[in-house]
Amino acid sequence: MPSDSHHRSAIVQSTRWYDLFSRGARDWLRHNEKVRESVKESLPELVSGPDVLTQPENRTVKVPIKFLEHYRFRLSDGDAQTGVGQGEGAKPGDVLRPAAPGGKGAGGAGTGEGGVEFVLEFKVDEILDWLWEELELPNLEPKTADSIDQSEYVREGIDRRGPRARLDRRRTVKEAVKRRAIQTNPIPFTDDDLRFRQLARRPQPLTQAAVIFVLDVSSSMDDASRQLAKSFFFWALQGIRRQHTRIETAFIGHTVNAWEFSEEEFFAVRATGGTEASRAFALSQDIIQERFDPSQYNVYVFYASDGDNFAADREGSRERLKSLSAISNYMGYVETTRRSSDRLNTEMGRLFKELEEGEGQTGSYALGNQEDVWNAIRRFFTQQATQED
Amino acid sequence: MAGESRFYRNEIEELAHSFGLDFYPVEFEVVPPSFMTEVAVYGLPVRMPHWSFGVRYIHQLVQHKMGHSRIFEVVYPGDPGHAFLANNNSDMDNTLVCAHVLGHADFSKNNELFRRVHKQVGTRIVDMAANHARRIEQAIEEHGQEHVELVLDAALSLEQHIDINQSLARARYSDTAEEGADPLADTFVRRFDTLPGGGEIEASGEDEVPNIPIPPHPEEDLLWFIAQYAPDMEDWERDIFLAVREESFYFYPVFACQIMNEGWASYWHARLLREAPFLPHDLYVDAMKTHSDVVRPTAGEKQIALNINPYHLGFSIWDRLIEAHGIEHARNIMQSEDDFGFVRNHLDADLADELNIFVYDAKKNGEIKVTDNEIHHLHEAIIGPKFNFGAPKVCVTDMGVDGALELEHIHGAEGRGLDMERAQKVIDYIHRVWRRPVTMYTLDAGGKRTSLDIGKAAA
Repeated sequence: MPSDSHHRSAIVQSTRWYDLFSRGARDWLRHNEKVRESVKESLPELVSGPDVLTQPENRTVKVPIKFLEHYRFRLSDGDAQTGVGQGEGAKPGDVLRPAAPGGKGAGGAGTGEGGVEFVLEFKVDEILDWLWEELELPNLEPKTADSIDQSEYVREGIDRRGPRARLDRRRTVKEAVKRRAIQTNPIPFTDDDLRFRQLARRPQPLTQAAVIFVLDVSSSMDDASRQLAKSFFFWALQGIRRQHTRIETAFIGHTVNAWEFSEEEFFAVRATGGTEASRAFALSQDIIQERFDPSQYNVYVFYASDGDNFAADREGSRERLKSLSAISNYMGYVETTRRSSDRLNTEMGRLFKELEEGEGQTGSYALGNQEDVWNAIRRFFTQQATQED
Repeated sequence: MAGESRFYRNEIEELAHSFGLDFYPVEFEVVPPSFMTEVAVYGLPVRMPHWSFGVRYIHQLVQHKMGHSRIFEVVYPGDPGHAFLANNNSDMDNTLVCAHVLGHADFSKNNELFRRVHKQVGTRIVDMAANHARRIEQAIEEHGQEHVELVLDAALSLEQHIDINQSLARARYSDTAEEGADPLADTFVRRFDTLPGGGEIEASGEDEVPNIPIPPHPEEDLLWFIAQYAPDMEDWERDIFLAVREESFYFYPVFACQIMNEGWASYWHARLLREAPFLPHDLYVDAMKTHSDVVRPTAGEKQIALNINPYHLGFSIWDRLIEAHGIEHARNIMQSEDDFGFVRNHLDADLADELNIFVYDAKKNGEIKVTDNEIHHLHEAIIGPKFNFGAPKVCVTDMGVDGALELEHIHGAEGRGLDMERAQKVIDYIHRVWRRPVTMYTLDAGGKRTSLDIGKAAA
């Protein structure tokens, strides 16, 4: 065989298939797609992160991302990993690297591909897009299209007269071609060929919203409950923001009294005493009437509490809720609870249930953990989309 | 062709033959560096797509950007062999690389392990892998990316779990006890039977002679076993497992002979260039600079490396062997050994001392301490990561009547259990194709036998 194998073959140098695509890049893109999928799958956690409610657009959520690891069977890390090294002057007993002060080292035996982390920034809008995609929601139209106060010029129709700036050349040439086709000795253009775009004054539907957040700040609302309410508020607000060009907010906290707060104060406020929700509903109503004329704004009211309310305040709350509902587009009730059953069967839960049976749009959400927030958000958005008509 | 004469390819081939090197013809192909990077990542010029290669690709690119690695050549053994050269190699690089490639070609044609595997996978490995890739592309079209991916997730994660001592075209277990017994696993079976509890199993097994259990002995070829015995897999899914297994067969000798093979090729590129009367002196000097970079024990300016450069170690052992015993003696070793024998038999204390090789412990707290340089410890530390294709040994021990799969981590040699989190993920992968319950036994952190499972109905 040696003599057979002695013939030589040429060196090939040409552009071939491997120049046409990069497999590495393709599989890397697929990896990234999977990363995004896996981030999407952790939307509930993404949704629990943000701290600020009302900052304008371009907000981002930072998510630490690990390269996905393709898992294999591997031995557990022993107390020490044995390795072989090479180099002059390394004698038994020599310490090549001291222990890290914190007791934890980078570990000589590399953490592998799975250990590498990078931070991906996701725009809140992007996350909302995923949400919308996942929920297959249509893009919502504002509901109060009957209350018109803005108008805008829109293009509408074509005319034979008009200022030169609005000459529609395509249409003009089209007319000329049509004419020339039936004339025996056509001239290139006549005045009759000219077509102008027309503008019309068109009423624009109202796209501003007012969102009132009401929170029970009595001592029974602990940090965990507040965090749950806050997460829900944040995403509900983002969803509403998507459908409106302008958003105004107001923050109300209550015990047996009610006060308006700034956003920063809102979640930090802690008060003692009982719970009379009607006070907060009354204040909400005042604020709406003073600042957010219902004919100008889509009004959303969200109320978060643990469900308790003085029985003596039941009638007052019922009445206030009714009149508030009459001037709002949407009333949302968020109940933070540790219970796994019999949710929303509380003093306040029952009041909102009654409200649901009435005219206005309402929604009640029981939040026990982050996953509930996620489900509540989904329900809120879906409800918004489906109650459209 | 102009390129050919520039790097003295013909002259080097002739010189190689005169030294007794014996190789199939090699086709050289000049390709862009980006392609070299991909080949290094995929191991094959065309290979099935999988996202995990994308991760390795990025790591490779980053390393490349940082100047840590440059790939001069990649060679695929076969008849003809196929070598890729980076198009940014200088003529001097290519002269060296050409000699290096011929060393590999000689090695892969004559080494016993390579020969045995090539007899099975054929000599057209590049075409074989391209074929697999094409079939998988078809499967993606027919069954969707997600579905193919879940099969590849499982198959590729078990890539190392083959039994190289069995034939590639291994048939299912036969139904009778005599043929069912696996002669090559004999020693293993005997050892296994001496484990506590083994006797009882055998005793009860003898009563029901017609029902040979599956597997009849602990089965380490997980890819094969799943492809053959998975109760609910579709044929195209089994094909993917067998395709991955075939590529693993091909990769095994490259893995198990790395020190020998790279050392052999480095020895010959140095020797051929040194003895080439046709090389201009300055080209020779340049080539030797590249040579010493390649076989340098430590990277960059570092004085002490925490790993060994297989090129350097292999080169040093061959150089010493040939000097002491001549080429013929070395060729015999090259033909019959793999790295296990090569290191244990031919790296002696003198050479280890001269090379300043040492064993160290890297502790969890970050401390790295030189422990010793006793020659047997060195041998075992060098070849330790090579056992069982570099993976913990895992066997199928049982398949229940309901199709439930039982895996056991054979921890004897390793003395500790599996990384639990990863093991769970891997059996999750397996479960997605096995589609019946999967249980895995290993040791927990305290050294007690423990199990992981997936797919069991809640009791």
